[in-house]
Amino acid sequence: MENVKIDENDKAIIRALQDDFPLERKPFEFIAKETGIPEDEVMRRVRGMIEDGRIRKMGAVLRHREIGYVANVLCVWRVPEDSADRIASMMVRYPQISHVCLRKTAPGWPYNLYTMVHGRSRTECDDIVDKLARENGIADHVMLYTVRELKKESMKYFLE
Amino acid sequence: MLSAFDKKFLNLLQTNLPVEHRPFEVLAQQMDSDESTVLHRIRELKRDGYIRRIGPFFNSDKLDYFATLVAVDVDAEHIDEVVKAINEYPGATHNYEREGKYNIWFALLTPNNEQRKRIIDHISAMPGVNDIMDLEATKKYKINVQFKLQ
Repeated sequence: MENVKIDENDKAIIRALQDDFPLERKPFEFIAKETGIPEDEVMRRVRGMIEDGRIRKMGAVLRHREIGYVANVLCVWRVPEDSADRIASMMVRYPQISHVCLRKTAPGWPYNLYTMVHGRSRTECDDIVDKLARENGIADHVMLYTVRELKKESMKYFLE
Repeated sequence: MLSAFDKKFLNLLQTNLPVEHRPFEVLAQQMDSDESTVLHRIRELKRDGYIRRIGPFFNSDKLDYFATLVAVDVDAEHIDEVVKAINEYPGATHNYEREGKYNIWFALLTPNNEQRKRIIDHISAMPGVNDIMDLEATKKYKINVQFKLQ
């Protein structure tokens, strides 16, 4: 499907909104002043971007650690291509799984289904992965536990 | 510590920040509170590190960006230089050291394929890098970083 065309005003709004959201009574008025685009037009375009999916979520993202989810594991699975949809549809139901996607494989790396699993402990993550393996009858998986977070930032678009 | 009010508020705020002239007044109404209280608390929750970021989260595909996940097998003694080089790219948004042969995993967003290739070529040519995999997503089923607080 063709993407919606992004014009200069959209880009100006995206640039202004990808920094810290103004925690003010009238945040969109603040964005309007910053971009020179009238407030009503800013809100109309933001609503439009939510509708067409350019904005996938409007809200807050919490820090996992601070809310008790101290363990997380990237678990990669080797699943037959033709049952990937069925297996993924089971995995997406878990609230402890934030990401599910299919990826290309590489020589010596046959894993194609990727899941990010969050838990209050390593045991909790292990239990979820065991359950997924049993439920879907897939033995071939690798658990890539996080050793260190080296960088985590949200993307800044249209700055180049 | 998060109070019952905080948890209810964060659950609400995770999913729906209203696109309105006075969004925090709308949230306050839903919380049976008032705008000043809600704004004050949200600033505190951000300051105290519970909230990573507030605002819109964009779908990179729909903004015509190329997204991939890159796995790098790098020798322990060269890990710091390689990580530094990766993190200097603004498009390398997430980077983790992980257990296993491929010990560095980073998410990469670029406005075009050439830039992606250039970055991957640069990293793969660095001393200590034994192997690199460009693991582009072919289908996305779920991206939902939200936790219901109880």
